[in-house]
Amino acid sequence: MAKMSRGLGPLHPQAAPAADRLAKTSLGRDQQLELYRYLQLTRMTEARLGNLYRQGKVVGGLYSSRGQEAISVGSAYALAPQDVIGPIIRNLGAMLVRGVQPREVMMQYMARADGPTGGKDANTHFGDLARGLVAPISMLGALIPVLVGVALAGRMLGRDLVAMTWIGDGGTSTGDFHEGLNLAAVWNVPFVLIAEHNGYAYSTPTEKQMRIKNIAVRAAGYGIPGEVVDGNDVLAVYEVTKRAVDRARAGGGPTLVEAKTFRMKGHAEHDDAGYVPPELFERWRERDPIDRFHRHLLAAGLASEEELAAVVAEIDRVLDDEVDRALASPFPPPERALEGVYEEPPPPEAEAGGVGAP
Amino acid sequence: MAEPVTYLEAIRQGLWEEMEADPTVFMLGQDIGAYGGAFRVTAGFLDRFGPERVIDTPISESAMVGAAIGAGIMGLKPVVEMQFIDFIACAFNQIVNFAATCRYRWGQAVPIVVRGPAGGNVRGSAFHSQNPEGYFQRAPGLKIVAPATAADAKGLIKSAIRDPNPVLFFEHKYLYRRIKEELPPGDGAVPIGKARLARAGRDLTVVTWGAMVHVALEAAGRFAAEGVELEVLDLRTLKPLDEEAFLASARKTNRVLVLTEEPLTGSVGAEVAARIAEKAFDWLDAPVARLAAPDTPVPYSPTLEDAWLPNADKLVTRVRELLSH
Repeated sequence: MAKMSRGLGPLHPQAAPAADRLAKTSLGRDQQLELYRYLQLTRMTEARLGNLYRQGKVVGGLYSSRGQEAISVGSAYALAPQDVIGPIIRNLGAMLVRGVQPREVMMQYMARADGPTGGKDANTHFGDLARGLVAPISMLGALIPVLVGVALAGRMLGRDLVAMTWIGDGGTSTGDFHEGLNLAAVWNVPFVLIAEHNGYAYSTPTEKQMRIKNIAVRAAGYGIPGEVVDGNDVLAVYEVTKRAVDRARAGGGPTLVEAKTFRMKGHAEHDDAGYVPPELFERWRERDPIDRFHRHLLAAGLASEEELAAVVAEIDRVLDDEVDRALASPFPPPERALEGVYEEPPPPEAEAGGVGAP
Repeated sequence: MAEPVTYLEAIRQGLWEEMEADPTVFMLGQDIGAYGGAFRVTAGFLDRFGPERVIDTPISESAMVGAAIGAGIMGLKPVVEMQFIDFIACAFNQIVNFAATCRYRWGQAVPIVVRGPAGGNVRGSAFHSQNPEGYFQRAPGLKIVAPATAADAKGLIKSAIRDPNPVLFFEHKYLYRRIKEELPPGDGAVPIGKARLARAGRDLTVVTWGAMVHVALEAAGRFAAEGVELEVLDLRTLKPLDEEAFLASARKTNRVLVLTEEPLTGSVGAEVAARIAEKAFDWLDAPVARLAAPDTPVPYSPTLEDAWLPNADKLVTRVRELLSH
């Protein structure tokens, strides 16, 4: 069932002159410029987070999606507003596409009172169903059955809803990956799983994680479509996800998409990734998803250097403000540590309300 | 006049009435549909409510609970059946790391119920006999319920379904068809978090839950013939504990024995004993005693399991020791 949609060959593609040729797309100029803005916003937000980390403002670990931004942005861009996602640690771009503000993530990393979890949880670990966001837990794979349940609920409630989450190559070794994808297939629910094949799970290379070259072949084991896509081509990621989302929405069931990419940093900021051969970084730097898309926009005549520079300058101004606002938030009051473990039951008369909107 | 019903029938009625009353309630589990569940708790549900609300799943306990979490946060009220509660261990991560922490971490309620047959004395051996409450007792965010009577089984499954938090509902399979009661008329919901005084007494309190409540009542009957009055407190809810109830009883009788079918170490019984020792020490005439199963897996052979389980004879012996302290 696995379909090699881009003819990339079995493992990670070598940089080639053809690498700049991005996938054909139905997206118009404005949408492509919006994608460009989200790609840059992701990378530049993470760069600001890096600064805050080096200034000692980030309380815990810092995680980067550098080199993988096109996967988060391109896949999330294929969704409709009512759809629900469960982003994991390298999916900041997807969260930004869903309307998360950079300061929210900054406050999370800096453990501030006004962050979405009020200092109770770290990094991108927050959710907000009003924006279709389910918070992850650190245990990889756990979100897969949860988003399958979201998709099931969407169908039961008669909502036109697709659920999507992401997993790394390492996370595909978990039981929840198998249980969740199998359940999605058996139930035929509107669910899309994007597997980011980035070469390393922390320090463990993919060949110590699995004997297959393409994660997408696993889809055949569940009787669902599996597709391989160039994860460093935002248009290709958008198009393959859009197909999967459209199929799911039309009742065609789940899809496993494998996006080939490379993690351009360590597992987290403290990790210098000394275990990665330097030539791999060099090879993949040539395939940087933002640089490639930048060149595509110029070559296709969709934007000028000046226009793209203006996008970056505008984001810089926004981020200056976002950083200031995040830094202005205090640490939470100590008594908050004890609050909110349980949801208080509603008063009896409020119970007859039926289905509550999230 | 209402017919007496079994503990199992009471659970079935509670589930049925909640499914009838609230279209957002649905069930997930293995063999719960056409087969009606391994113990027939959900017999007839598929015909009445259909496959959209009575969903047979693959053998995937973790994904069952994960999917319930996803449906629960979307506004539905899933009830997951573990075919035997021992298999809840396969869903441990989804329960303790996912379901239990959502409310605290990101303000999201997770209104799910995970229910199933627990407990021994049915020759079920190591993986069909366990009492897993201790594993979950220290996971903030969970509620744990373990009824001992038919009325409580019905009333508490209703409250568990209506509760906006993740609730683990441990049904004692030894009681399924061995006890029968007339149920109170009407809705009959029983509040979570409240213990029940199963027998009032003045000389010594036995704090317990589940099938052990009946062991305690049997022992109390024997002591009554000697003029010794045991008080039996049925916790019913194990998390949050009704601390006020067992502290009040300790202050009244001045002697407490905690009776549990769990292995001794790290049990819910350990927490109850610790709180009494910590908060009612000045009222005690003897150290808090515990009678639990030994720290071994549950054995299979009748001679072994009978030796393993707490029973009325063992309880009488321990109570006598405590009374003579």
